[in-house]
Amino acid sequence: MRSLIDIRDFSIDEINSLINVANDIIENPSKYSEKCKGKKLASLFFEPSTRTRLSFEAAMLELGGSVLGFSEANSSSASKGESVSDTAKTVSCYADIIAMRHPKEGAPYVAAQNASIPVINAGDGGHNHPTQTLADLLTIYREKGSFENLTVGFCGDLKFGRTVHSLILALSRYSGIRFFLISPTELKLPSYVKKDILQKNNIPYEQVTSLDEVMPQLDILYMTRVQRERFFNEEDYLRLKDSYILDLEKLKTAKDDLCIMHPLPRVNEISVGVDDDPRACYFKQVLYGKYIRMALILMLLEVE
Amino acid sequence: MNIDSITNGVVIDHITAGRGMTLYTLLGLDKLDCSVAIIKNVTSRKKGKKDIIKVDADIDINFDVIGYVDSGATVNIIRNGALVDKRTIGMPRTLTNVILCKNPRCITSAEQEINHVFTLTDKENGIYRCIYCETKA
Repeated sequence: MRSLIDIRDFSIDEINSLINVANDIIENPSKYSEKCKGKKLASLFFEPSTRTRLSFEAAMLELGGSVLGFSEANSSSASKGESVSDTAKTVSCYADIIAMRHPKEGAPYVAAQNASIPVINAGDGGHNHPTQTLADLLTIYREKGSFENLTVGFCGDLKFGRTVHSLILALSRYSGIRFFLISPTELKLPSYVKKDILQKNNIPYEQVTSLDEVMPQLDILYMTRVQRERFFNEEDYLRLKDSYILDLEKLKTAKDDLCIMHPLPRVNEISVGVDDDPRACYFKQVLYGKYIRMALILMLLEVE
Repeated sequence: MNIDSITNGVVIDHITAGRGMTLYTLLGLDKLDCSVAIIKNVTSRKKGKKDIIKVDADIDINFDVIGYVDSGATVNIIRNGALVDKRTIGMPRTLTNVILCKNPRCITSAEQEINHVFTLTDKENGIYRCIYCETKA
């Protein structure tokens, strides 16, 4: 029995296999509409997350399965002090697979150790969010046809953005990848990510503070939100916030086939004017997130 | 300075100078009733200075703790005044309930029943990380 707690739990072959299944689901949805008939997904969300929860639930429903669970800790036994391990053991008696979001880092791992059914980490605090990474990978594959020989720019908060760290890790396993890390000094990629992933794998990368100067070289631009609360003083925030707002003016120098991604929710870092540009892929990314979760559920439930 | 030799017990030798007290605490030697000697800054041909701990009782030693604090230390088991076993200790792959995760966002900070487990992720630099949140020890 497998679970998915960390994107590193899956080999490149397994990720490629998931992407192949997701592509097949996109091409032939009716073939999959009853694959999980009679199966139940327990969606255990100890903190609210509209997008991820609905994505998991939609994924299971489109596979013909059903869904039970809760959307915040207050409506679960956690509010009475029940441990994660007890919740996992109990839910194993009712459902066939668990998708868990929890504010504490490592909680889904504890659940996986105690459950008798597969557990999917749907986000554990600022630690891991592997299905977001899978959604990002499927988006890149659908838009670019491959993971190789791509120049990828990550822009915004690279210090605290777990989606950025996970995607860098996942892409570093492919050849010909090059990164531009575009952020204010205060929000640079942590040195352990650079050392443990980029330098260890000899991945070429450059840290810059200006999005404009690297825009023409990018195949993929992964935007993240620059959050006010991450800055020590208001002046720095005000000085930097606008330099990372993507608008049509900034896109003038970009490639015609640039793929603009964002894990969402967006606040103001991508102007709504960009939404109609064919290079905007962030809402497709949401849709692909559902398909890759469908593929993942099939894989973990060992449904052929 | 003279410390009596022991008849039955354990001598932890070649401890890097300054780490003796850490070992004493983590091994829980402060809870023993028997004689325990911590000898600090002993002249050492190999290391210049070293610490030594002598325990005058036949106790179970947690070798993982010693390997974590100082993988260069040696453990000598003494029976009837004679050395019967001498072990060099390497870095253990995992540590269970030896050290606590300091990350307040880690699940171990919220649920007291969960074991605090660390694994050796970088042998070269002796780095251990929490298996739940990956925070460095």
